[in-house]
Amino acid sequence: MYQFSGKLKTFSLALIALGLIGIVISFASAPSTIDEAKEIIAHQSSHGDDHANTHEDVKETHQSTDAHHSQEDAHHSEVKKEHHVETAHGEHHDDAHAEHVLHQLQNKPWSALYVSLFFFLGISLLVLAFYAAQRVAQSGWSIVLFRVMEAITANLVPTSIVMLIVVIAAAMHMNHMFPWMAEGVFTVGHENYDPIVDGKSWWINLPGWTIRSIVYLAIWNAYRWFIRKNSIKEDTANDNNKTFKLNYNVSVGFIFLFMLTESMMSWDWIMGLDPHWFSTLFGWYVLASLLVSALTVIAFVTIYLRSKGALPAVNDSHIHDLAKFMFGFSVFWTYLWFAQFMLIWYADIPEETTYFVARFNEYKLPFLAMVVMNFVFPILLLLNSDFKSMPWFVLIGGVVILAGHYVDIFVMVMPATVGAQWSFGIPEFSALLFFLGIFIYTVFSAFAKANPLPKGNPYLEESTHFHYYNIEHRGEGSDNH
Amino acid sequence: MSHYEAPIREPLVLGDKSYHDITEDIAKPIEGKANKNWYIAFYISLAAMLWGFGCIFYTVGTGIGVWGLSKNIGWAWDITNFVWWVGIGHAGTLISAVLLLFRQKWRMAINRSAEAMTIFAVFQAGLFPIIHMGRPWNGYWVLPIPNQFGSLWVNFNSPLLWDVFAISTYLSVSLVFWWTGLLPDFATIRDRAVKPFQKKIYSLLSFGWSGRAKDWQRFEEVSLVLAGLATPLVLSVHTIVSMDFATSINPGWHSTIFPPYFVAGAIFSGFAMVQTLLGIMRKVTNMESYITRMHVEYMNIVIILTGGIVAVAYATEFFIAWYTGSPYEYYTYLSIGAETGPYGWAFWSLLICNIFTPQLLWFKKIRRSFIWSFIISIVINIGMWFERFDIIAIVLSKGHLPSTWWRFEPTFVDVGIFIGTIGFFFVLFLLYARTFPVIPIAEMKTILKSSGESYKKMREQGLPTKPAINVVETEGTSDKSTKE
Repeated sequence: MYQFSGKLKTFSLALIALGLIGIVISFASAPSTIDEAKEIIAHQSSHGDDHANTHEDVKETHQSTDAHHSQEDAHHSEVKKEHHVETAHGEHHDDAHAEHVLHQLQNKPWSALYVSLFFFLGISLLVLAFYAAQRVAQSGWSIVLFRVMEAITANLVPTSIVMLIVVIAAAMHMNHMFPWMAEGVFTVGHENYDPIVDGKSWWINLPGWTIRSIVYLAIWNAYRWFIRKNSIKEDTANDNNKTFKLNYNVSVGFIFLFMLTESMMSWDWIMGLDPHWFSTLFGWYVLASLLVSALTVIAFVTIYLRSKGALPAVNDSHIHDLAKFMFGFSVFWTYLWFAQFMLIWYADIPEETTYFVARFNEYKLPFLAMVVMNFVFPILLLLNSDFKSMPWFVLIGGVVILAGHYVDIFVMVMPATVGAQWSFGIPEFSALLFFLGIFIYTVFSAFAKANPLPKGNPYLEESTHFHYYNIEHRGEGSDNH
Repeated sequence: MSHYEAPIREPLVLGDKSYHDITEDIAKPIEGKANKNWYIAFYISLAAMLWGFGCIFYTVGTGIGVWGLSKNIGWAWDITNFVWWVGIGHAGTLISAVLLLFRQKWRMAINRSAEAMTIFAVFQAGLFPIIHMGRPWNGYWVLPIPNQFGSLWVNFNSPLLWDVFAISTYLSVSLVFWWTGLLPDFATIRDRAVKPFQKKIYSLLSFGWSGRAKDWQRFEEVSLVLAGLATPLVLSVHTIVSMDFATSINPGWHSTIFPPYFVAGAIFSGFAMVQTLLGIMRKVTNMESYITRMHVEYMNIVIILTGGIVAVAYATEFFIAWYTGSPYEYYTYLSIGAETGPYGWAFWSLLICNIFTPQLLWFKKIRRSFIWSFIISIVINIGMWFERFDIIAIVLSKGHLPSTWWRFEPTFVDVGIFIGTIGFFFVLFLLYARTFPVIPIAEMKTILKSSGESYKKMREQGLPTKPAINVVETEGTSDKSTKE
């Protein structure tokens, strides 16, 4: 049995505390009035030549991405246009601009929290889905990793609770992340009225959105609770695989529900940040991003626990298989990224290109760096078969993959919520620390609670005997071949 | 790979088979004479093929005007058939490459025929663009070759050109993969052949396979490398085909989900076709011990899975078309407009064949039944044909200008060519079934001891069964293997 060491516990609690302090600071330091926002704008523009220049650039991109902004929050540009007519370049324009920036700055701590939250929640969810897929496929190789995967899904509970809080906070208008939640968007004649969003009110509406969000979380957590309980029951059941077969059937049902809820979740939680924009591929694109991250996290936790001697049955072939999945789904992610980008670029319709225009203009570095990190690095590091069975190589490749997919989610969320006001500072970093701390605490305490080997699984022997033919297991005699 | 197999897994080889039995069973259709059923099937297919060829000659001789096309619907029946056949060609490479990488032993009963199906299906697919050119003798102009025709040069912006590269790459890799796998089995047939002519042919086909350890080592390495190459090809081919539709039907209309959704749809239809073909073949060639209920069930599970992915994609298409709020989306192939419009029958055929019927496979009784699987697989094949037809015909029939609205109706030539390709496909497949080992003999032997029914029973009773590769220790149960 594995013991969750006091050292690691203290470390995770320290991360949580540190993250929490950072989050509180970033919420407290966000501007709360238009005047404060104006001060920040003035401060930005009077900050030396370089900064002035970049600010000019930003302004220019503001002009050039007008289409985007009129998409994202039509009310603003409409307000702007009206004011243009009345008082050309008057005070009102500055006010509207300042209000816009104010909302973006107020969104910043929320968005930072949201990006990390979605990343960690999504990883736990996709580990759960991968685990369910292993059960459904009746795979033999991965049984010794089942308890690792189950432990990681323990993180689904706290992240779901935080998500629930964020959903309720958004529904109570405590932030401006979802532009369609602004006042009057659905009221004809209101200055914020947006006919396009109003046309989707059968889907985009507050009660529906809140209820759907709760339903997604409920379905995922219900399956996790059930399968974890029954997986442990398998160990001692000795009932001629009755429990095992029940778990199989429930997992089939979960995969079915997961395929539906995952797409809908990505429409509601991410695509809804840009309520005018749409892409049919988006749900699966998010899926691919989270799946690569999830597989990387499984590999990381496995490598760590194995190094502590907690997983004696795991050998280099298992690591090799996980790395193959990391490699394969990295390529798959790139495929979907390219498919989405290429088709939107090819059709060149303003309603859809705004998404990439905004990202390419204001987020050029993270946007391009992410493609390199998520595609080029996995290809270079993990193509070679020998490298895939070396834990330290998998770690190097995995760090790049995880960072790359964090940036991917960052670039999905931030342009819609904070626009040009993005940066990577205390709010973003402390949110990451906070969720990492929770992750370490929940995952390793969950792992310590069950037998690291699922004794009752009928495929366990296949997994412990698993030896990929061209891998040499380090630290084993050659007679094991 | 891993030699241990959990007792809970069902056997892959039924009955009390020895190594020699496997060789005998699989070589039998090649060495023996064909039965009456084979000849009936062959002549029907041949007649259909000849009829199709007649229609092709008529088209080429008279012009594309004999098809049901118009200036507004410039392609419909032909591109539908093209994509349908390419899609069918997908399961072969999936079964041989992806399932090889996933170490799925059940693929061994079906991979040879699935690969053959791939190649024959791609032949049929390739016919359509060539005929549609009107001047097929200029077909080589699609290649970017140096030429004396002035400014003639291919358009690299066109997905149709990408098709040329994607499909020809796919065909080459699939062919090499198929042939590599065939080498040891051709050698087996060669060594057993009595007639000198037959011996000559099979020794040419087997490329001088000697069966030495070095041959086998290279064979395994090449198989893995080809599998690694073929896996992205499975994705790329239908991605490119989907882009034919996604970039070029109505100006501006496109859907980003098309690439992965078409790939899933292709695997869905490909498995349905494998199910259809193997349903016939296991009876005709007496392969009941090797193509079992379990194989049928596994294929049905893949069909449910890929069908489910396709269903989610349909739902997404329907949802987003509505969500955009764009009036141009009101009459795409999955929309209320399509359902209530003149193509409502095609819309419902698609949903009934592709979404509702496969749901029957959730019932274990049905998915383990040979006859039900056969019927459902044919329904899915029809449904997948309608998918492509709906995307093309429904979307094109209502362009952006009402003056371009037009309904496509096929002529007898359209239908004749389609039937002809089905005939051609079956002619090739039936010839293959008589001349090629339809199940990989050598690979089947590697799983006999781990997954054969009789060996599984022996293990249950506690009798020793050594791994198949361990020939030295033959005491106990493996005396049968020494017959080889």
